[in-house]
Amino acid sequence: MPGSTLAFDTTDSAPTAAPRGSSFWADTLHRVRGNRAAVAGAIVVVTFVVAALLAPVLAPFDPLKGRLGNRLVAPNAVHWLGTDELGRDILSRVLYGARLTVQIQVAAVGLALGAGAALGLLAGYVGRWVDQLIMRFMDILMAFPGIFLALGIIAALGTGLGNVIIAAGIFLVPQFARVVRASVLTLKDMEFVQAARALGQRDAAIVFRYLLPNSLGPIIVQTSLRMATVLLTASGLSFLGLGVQPPSPEWGAMLSNARSYMITAPHVAMIPGLAIAVVVLGFNLLGDGLRDSLDPRLRE
Amino acid sequence: MIAYVTRRLLLIAPVLLGVSIGSFALLHLVPGDPAMILAGQEATEEVLAKIRHEHGLDQPLAGQFVVYLGNALRGNLGISIQSRQPVATLLAERFPFTLRLAFLAILVSGVLGVVAGVIAATRRNSMIDLMALLASLVGISVPIFWLGLLMMLVFSVRLQWFPAGGSGTMAHLVLPALVLGASSSAVIARMTRASMLEVLRQDYVRTARAKGVQDRIVIYRHALKNAMIPILTVFGLEFGYNLGGAVLTETVFSLPGVGRLIVEGIFARDYPVVQGSMLVVATTFVIVNLLTDIAYAWFDPRIRYN
Repeated sequence: MPGSTLAFDTTDSAPTAAPRGSSFWADTLHRVRGNRAAVAGAIVVVTFVVAALLAPVLAPFDPLKGRLGNRLVAPNAVHWLGTDELGRDILSRVLYGARLTVQIQVAAVGLALGAGAALGLLAGYVGRWVDQLIMRFMDILMAFPGIFLALGIIAALGTGLGNVIIAAGIFLVPQFARVVRASVLTLKDMEFVQAARALGQRDAAIVFRYLLPNSLGPIIVQTSLRMATVLLTASGLSFLGLGVQPPSPEWGAMLSNARSYMITAPHVAMIPGLAIAVVVLGFNLLGDGLRDSLDPRLRE
Repeated sequence: MIAYVTRRLLLIAPVLLGVSIGSFALLHLVPGDPAMILAGQEATEEVLAKIRHEHGLDQPLAGQFVVYLGNALRGNLGISIQSRQPVATLLAERFPFTLRLAFLAILVSGVLGVVAGVIAATRRNSMIDLMALLASLVGISVPIFWLGLLMMLVFSVRLQWFPAGGSGTMAHLVLPALVLGASSSAVIARMTRASMLEVLRQDYVRTARAKGVQDRIVIYRHALKNAMIPILTVFGLEFGYNLGGAVLTETVFSLPGVGRLIVEGIFARDYPVVQGSMLVVATTFVIVNLLTDIAYAWFDPRIRYN
């Protein structure tokens, strides 16, 4: 997916060396704080999560109820972002949509992370035919380009919130599996892991005490970047009418409904799309910034 | 080279088999009797028996798969439930359109991305570099369907430069190709920049500069040619993602491609159409990736020995 190339070094305001004796995480936090892109991304992400959590408090109107006499009103003092084709307040719908989006993202990325990390650990640690079997299976999942895998899953399971989560989650399992496997393959031959093995540590201990904690960096970067991918996939499915169904204020579904009113009331379509773009951008900035901060090659 | 190609071919065989199992399994994952799904709810017992026999549904699953695969290899992808036309015929009508759209998109994004990437790399940390960084981040973050509607609003409705939808002429494809290529341009720009920076650090570039070769020639003849090799791989991958993105682009611009076909197929529960589209698109993607890898190995002999 886009965003997977280590390219632009956004660390132009290179942070000075972290205080002596600091831990890995303190050092990382220090580096992230010195990375302007990561900070901008973090601000967007935090604002988005807070808006989602506080939607019932912040939303001025009911997201599902509107007055038909109040249809397609342009943004004004009462309805800050205007109203939609059923007279519903768009700001309230966007806020509740954020809530829905966070749910989808956490569940789908959680699913992908759980399954992907388990498969990646198994493939990387056990190796040989287990590795071959798992990675060839991942190749098969990745053979369906972009949204096609999600479409196939929706075709089999049907539409709706739960199935969107499953479709968007399975779509990302290979990404996590690959990242964790690559990390395990590098770590496996390192001296501290070999020392643990020489001391007679059991496999489970090696995996959970040494391999997994040391793979956290790439996993965190992937989690942030994939939050963005999930949002694009899920809202894409809803836009096609194959995801979360109306009247739910899911952003892709809102945009899809608004298409018929594009010329007379463009704000109805533009606002949910802008919300998607800004949140995706936030997660991408944060993920890119974290990668620059966590990449051991860039650490002194 | 022959050994490399053989090895790659052997590797894609299980993937293609898996892809066909996946598309075969689709019909069996849907709750209900597959024969009933294919024939419709009102089908008589004779029709159901005929369908079961034709599709091998009266056999055990493994036998059914062998029938399915055998039919698919002979170009028989079943009959559309909705239009009663062979799925292969529908795909022959629709798939070339999507391929053309994805190809145009990769062409647009290739030119935009490489130019932007080279400029950003040669003026590293300048204002232009920063702008390119921002533009590429926005490019990968904007949802394709929203960008489509936005472009339509500006260039079709307001400025009336291009038609808002439909197909037929090249003018109909300009906006869809730009929209579809937006995120690829961003990815290619980032990749080009990273690859150029890597190459510009090499000794042979320094040597060329030291012996007084013009800057322009160093950049385009010495650096870019070598930097292009890893970018090639991205072209292949992005072409595949554009096939996926085409689903959304075709919906926004009402274009008659395979993306619309599969979405309409899912709505109508026309499973043979969905299965056939998935199979053909995935197979195309796998083959494009194979060709990219082979091209990569051709241009960079070091790859073949790994």
